Amino acid sequence: MDYFTILQIVDSALRLATPLLFACLAGLFSERAGIFDIGLEGKMLGAAFFSAATAFATGSVWLGLLAGIGASLALSAIHGLASITFRGNQLISGVAINFLASGLTVLIGLSWFKLGGQTPALSGAARFSGVDLPFAEALSGVPLIGPIYSEVLSGHTILVYVALLCVPLSWYVLYRTRFGLRLRAVGENPAAVDTAGISVIGLRYSAILIAGVLCGLAGAYLATGLGASFVREMTAGRGFIALAALIFAKWRPWYALYATFLFGLLEAVSNRYPSVDLGFVTLPSQFMQALPYILTVVILAGFVGKAIPPRAGGQPYVKER
Amino acid sequence: MTMETGGQPSTAAPAIELKGISKSFGPVQANKDISIRVMPGTIHGIIGENGAGKSTLMSILYGFYKADKGEIFISGQKTTIPDSQAAIAAGIGMVFQHFKLVENFTVLENVVLGAEDGAFLGPSLAKARSELTELAREYELNVDPDALIEEIGVGMQQRVEILKALYRQADILILDEPTGVLTPAEADHLFRILDGLKAQGKTIILITHKLREIMEVTDTVSVMRRGEMTATVKTKDTSPTELAELMVGRKVLLRVDKKPAKPGETVLDVQNLSVTDDKGVERLKGVSLNVRAGEILGIAGVAGNGQSELLEVLGGIQTATGSVTVNGQPLDLTGKLSDAKSRRARGIAHVPEDRQREGLIMDFKAWENTAFGYHDDPAYQSGILMNNHAIREDTEGKIERFDVRPADCHLAAKSFSGGNQQKIVLAREIERNPDLLLVGQPTRGVDIGAIEFIHQRIVELRDQGKAILLVSVELEEILSLSDRIAVIFDGKLMGERMPNATDEKELGLMMAGMSGANSEEVAL
Repeated sequence: MDYFTILQIVDSALRLATPLLFACLAGLFSERAGIFDIGLEGKMLGAAFFSAATAFATGSVWLGLLAGIGASLALSAIHGLASITFRGNQLISGVAINFLASGLTVLIGLSWFKLGGQTPALSGAARFSGVDLPFAEALSGVPLIGPIYSEVLSGHTILVYVALLCVPLSWYVLYRTRFGLRLRAVGENPAAVDTAGISVIGLRYSAILIAGVLCGLAGAYLATGLGASFVREMTAGRGFIALAALIFAKWRPWYALYATFLFGLLEAVSNRYPSVDLGFVTLPSQFMQALPYILTVVILAGFVGKAIPPRAGGQPYVKER
Repeated sequence: MTMETGGQPSTAAPAIELKGISKSFGPVQANKDISIRVMPGTIHGIIGENGAGKSTLMSILYGFYKADKGEIFISGQKTTIPDSQAAIAAGIGMVFQHFKLVENFTVLENVVLGAEDGAFLGPSLAKARSELTELAREYELNVDPDALIEEIGVGMQQRVEILKALYRQADILILDEPTGVLTPAEADHLFRILDGLKAQGKTIILITHKLREIMEVTDTVSVMRRGEMTATVKTKDTSPTELAELMVGRKVLLRVDKKPAKPGETVLDVQNLSVTDDKGVERLKGVSLNVRAGEILGIAGVAGNGQSELLEVLGGIQTATGSVTVNGQPLDLTGKLSDAKSRRARGIAHVPEDRQREGLIMDFKAWENTAFGYHDDPAYQSGILMNNHAIREDTEGKIERFDVRPADCHLAAKSFSGGNQQKIVLAREIERNPDLLLVGQPTRGVDIGAIEFIHQRIVELRDQGKAILLVSVELEEILSLSDRIAVIFDGKLMGERMPNATDEKELGLMMAGMSGANSEEVAL
């Protein structure tokens, strides 16, 4: 394996980690406020479909992005209504959103495009294209460092950079602003927030709306950045992998970046090497493709040490006297 | 019903005046036409049994509930308090019985939460830090601003709650059962803080069911019974007996009326018992004691000095080294027979310290709760099924004999008041006719009427010739109930005393680790 191959794998890992990172941060905001979000998958799927469909119809990827965010926000609002306003079970509401998105995208897709649930292929302005960072061409000749800049960091779509920027931004919002303090408090002890005279409901809605926007970005990126059309079930469990990464990251933004990058790396490796010959045994392609999912199970089984979730997670807030 | 309260001239506007407050929940009237005036710069006590409506009244004042009828005046101004925000704005601060703190935040973050100065935290935290130093100096409220809440003790946590209120410029501080979780020393410290606040002109409302505290710190006291304000009197003009009578509506015995003990054979003999917890900390360090038939051995001590572990070992939920015999037969301390079920089979009944976590399942019905631990009883079986009818019938009997109110075995445990929950646990354990009864904190969070009843039942069991090991952090309870008192400190017994040959002062010193033998020197 030469240097250039490694760079290509890392480059691909970065692209594959982007939707996971968006979704993981979405889950982070939601769960830090005490709302479990099993519906990340469904929101991404809904956003992927509506962004692809709108981008195809209008020819503008930006309108597609807006439509994707809108679709994800609508699903977030349903989640909020069920679990915050009506104090329903957050897991059930999330599962319902996943089913709803899974069925609705295919149904509408069939009716609109008659392509077996897919949207037509996107091209040109209906897709996000790569952005070359300044001096990428000029620096590519510099040994060792040059290719890292020009191959790995440069040439991604704008959303990849947005995702990376979201990490320090999330950290700043959570730990350095009033909103962040309140958000973290409401996920730990909503009664403390309530008695301090702040609206628990308002905070929790803000959190899941942020999650909605981030999931919208994740879905739109899948269909119009990473891929070039919507394909049925194209999220392929990424919402759940993002949840696993969230636990791995212990609900912290910087760790979320590392965790999702690890998953992206595994996916990139399995794409690059469908089967691996270890000499005494050949790992089949099925095993390689299953790697991210196997890692998910290992992580969820608690091999990462103690991860303490926000204490009020999953519990609807009922005012006691 | 309204009376002038407080030491200030009657021309000053009351800090708080409530006129004709009524509130009902469905058919239950929690507050009936309550009027009260609290003068500025005084400590006003509100006393009443659990369920008398004290908490409802304070919740109305803090904007949690809206009163059906009535008016609220703050410093003479008519005010409405639709939510907590409004209460804070009106200068009211509340210290709840269960603290409203974020456990993994620092003290500083908790104080600032909801009272930030702008969208960014930096300046808010800096300002709060300097103001906390100021407040700490002024009122003896020393807390490390950077400590995490989960790493400081309950006494400290309570100070944080008070600081929160003061940081929000509260002039009126309401404390709901503030000493329920405190050691005597911490409680004394709290009262000093309250006196300091009063001296600075703050108005304090103290809600409690402990008569001693009312007598010690308040200027005036209002008594509530069944949703009504039955009296408001100056503290110096009343007595504990009178207040107790006003609370309960009948005469109450504050000391337990009991005959001298007639100790028989040794039932429980503990030799050199040691416990090391999961973290490797030695909780019990070679404790030896014995309890004889027909006597109550009281274990006095500040919470966390090993008394909980002692109960857990004897109750079969903790392993230990050393030797324990019951009726002359050794108990298995580590092996297969060291579980709670084997202990029950040996005639040991256990009323755990934390009834809500260990004594009951709060969401289960009363009749289900009375079967726990004894669910293998043949009387409860019907083939491979449980004979629920028999359990319910049994529970109804227990409810009647222990005067559990409401007398409905279909209610969930959480629907009963603390005292009635405790009666359910006691009924379950006592009626099994154990040779040895382990009782932890029998009257924690229990109102006066029920305390009397529970104490009588424990004494009755003793008079039937049973051995009783009592663990309590309430010194008064230890002194009035025990036939012998052992003091525990840091996992070791400091010594034994007879209740009529000691007092709170000596026991308090021993509880703080001063050797009993030297206590006289220390007292000098």
